[in-house]
Amino acid sequence: MFILEPDGFEKILDSLREKGYRITGPKLRDGAIVLDTIDSAASLPRGVRDHQGPGRYRLEETGDDSWFSYTLGSDSWKKLFFHPIKPLFKTTRDGGLLQIEPEPPREGLKALIGVRPCELQALAIQDKVLAEGEFVDRHYVASRKGTFIVAVNCTVPGGTCFCVSMGTGPVADRGYDISLTELGSNGATRFVARAGSPHGEELLAAASSGKAGESDLQLEAELLEAAAGNMGRSLDVEGLAAALAESGDHPRWEEVAERCQACTNCTMACPTCYCHTVEDSTDLTGSVADRTRVWDSCFTADHSYLHGGSVRETRGARYRQWLTHKLSSWHDQFGGSGCTGCGRCITWCPVGIDITEEAQAVRGTARG
Amino acid sequence: MPLRTTKPKLAVWKFSSCDGCQLSLLDCEDELLAVAGAIEIANFPEASRAVVRGPYNVSLVEGSITTPEEAERIHKIRRNSRIVVAIGACATSGGLQALRNFQDVDELSRLVYAHPEYIESLNNSTPIGDHIFVDHELRGCPVDKAHLVEVLSAFLNGRKPNLPNHAVCVECKRAGVVCVMAAHGTPCLGPVTQAGCDALCPRYNRGCFGCFGPRENPNTAHLATWYLDQCGQTPEEVIRLFRGINANADPFRRESLRHES
Ligand code: SF4
Ligand code: SF4
Ligand code: SF4
Ligand code: SF4
Repeated sequence: MFILEPDGFEKILDSLREKGYRITGPKLRDGAIVLDTIDSAASLPRGVRDHQGPGRYRLEETGDDSWFSYTLGSDSWKKLFFHPIKPLFKTTRDGGLLQIEPEPPREGLKALIGVRPCELQALAIQDKVLAEGEFVDRHYVASRKGTFIVAVNCTVPGGTCFCVSMGTGPVADRGYDISLTELGSNGATRFVARAGSPHGEELLAAASSGKAGESDLQLEAELLEAAAGNMGRSLDVEGLAAALAESGDHPRWEEVAERCQACTNCTMACPTCYCHTVEDSTDLTGSVADRTRVWDSCFTADHSYLHGGSVRETRGARYRQWLTHKLSSWHDQFGGSGCTGCGRCITWCPVGIDITEEAQAVRGTARG
Repeated sequence: MPLRTTKPKLAVWKFSSCDGCQLSLLDCEDELLAVAGAIEIANFPEASRAVVRGPYNVSLVEGSITTPEEAERIHKIRRNSRIVVAIGACATSGGLQALRNFQDVDELSRLVYAHPEYIESLNNSTPIGDHIFVDHELRGCPVDKAHLVEVLSAFLNGRKPNLPNHAVCVECKRAGVVCVMAAHGTPCLGPVTQAGCDALCPRYNRGCFGCFGPRENPNTAHLATWYLDQCGQTPEEVIRLFRGINANADPFRRESLRHES
């Protein structure tokens, strides 16, 4: 355990950059935290916190110099590995021959700065789905390789966070190269830092201002314990997967359909949703065709279009599909929950539908 | 690709409209060269005055039906065309001029024209599909030129056009745009509007105006409730939101009427 001062933080970014890492981290844009390329620690947002609720996100200045008093925006790291729009191949007709030119997978060193504990779990879930199963997405694998992660433990959870219920936060216990906990602000920000890999250890040894002392660790423990007690939401997951599996004809699905827009925002913002579709386009002469993969969602009609029509015509059926996949059938499919408790689907639902509330309502009166 | 001996004939027809959609086609400069190579342009008022006699393989129809003469002319076009594609908000919902559907047209004529007796106009502005069978509707105000090329290319290659029927929100999130509803409390028609503009307005911190019309399965009622309760809108403002470019599109029309007291 080390102590890292702001200049040590900058040193770590410098050495990552020197080694050829492209650095992505939180940035302020259009009144929200987004994930973007950052040049230095100076471009990180400072002294802001978020107020999140169902369908509502606002930033506020804290008046201090805190580095990480905000949590998540609608962006998640999945966009770096599972690209929203991904060309797959180009086909050209050359006389009687078809030439197929596949899009080469893109590798490259990436450093992710400020990854929250729930996000580490989201990356682990996407790894499992896209890289470790029977079917492997080579684009995902290539871009995910060589990722260096600086995680940040949450001392100020957001209003829609429920990682404690899902067992994913607010403290990172694995999946990082370096983890940080911010101690104090008022111009005296410092971090307790831990290494999770040899590379992280090497950078910390060179950049830190020494080992963390007893009182630092004491303060850290207090901050993180307070954070765990400060979750904006909670979800009782005991027996939930089984109860939801029996909930197919629960009247709540029809009720939520009256509010749900089937707009896809929850799924697009969710860091574990991986649904996609492929689109083909041809030119006017019919000699060139492109295939592109794009993010899709269980909330579109086309997503469940089989011969003759969409299997899930109603918004209720689509919402049920989404919620029960996340919290129930994901367990059967991938051996764990598909939800990390990040709360994005609640905050970024334009009409504030709350997964914890809906799951509770269905379970409360479900059979089984 | 099916072998063709003669080029298919394409005609473009204008009804009550601003010509903006035809201009989108003209704007396809590079693509137009390919269009000209693949298709014989038989009638296209914005591009040339030459008219080639029908029948036509594809007719693109711009504009809405607002006069008795138009209501008749559209049937002639249907009879002479194998495929009819209605292009733009006017042709697919009645357009901005359908705002008059919510007013007394005689009274409007008296207010606007010195000699209203010369005005021969229908009470309502209606989409092409209200009058004839339409094979495909291409939404937008104006239509997107890439979509036009996609429809023509799909026709030439004998396949289904690849155009979305889901919400603008899909494009918004794919592009990483910060949602103006959640982050700013700005009312946005994106959740009930068909994608196609690549979330143009949200990219510029504006709520969606609904240019591409209602999407599949729109839930306007609860969105309006949210505008009223959470975005601080008055019923009059909600009426104005739904009563825009696609005011006469069924879900939008019914929603705006619901808020009239
Ligand atoms: S739950 Fe909310 S975000 Fe998800 S589809 Fe329904 S309205 Fe959209
Ligand atoms: S379902 Fe909602 S809370 Fe759970 S991981 Fe997805 S966005 Fe986060
Ligand atoms: S859900 Fe937990 S780990 Fe994720 S941002 Fe919120 S407090 Fe942090
Ligand atoms: S800004 Fe509008 S279109 Fe974009 S996600 Fe929000 S509600 Fe949907």
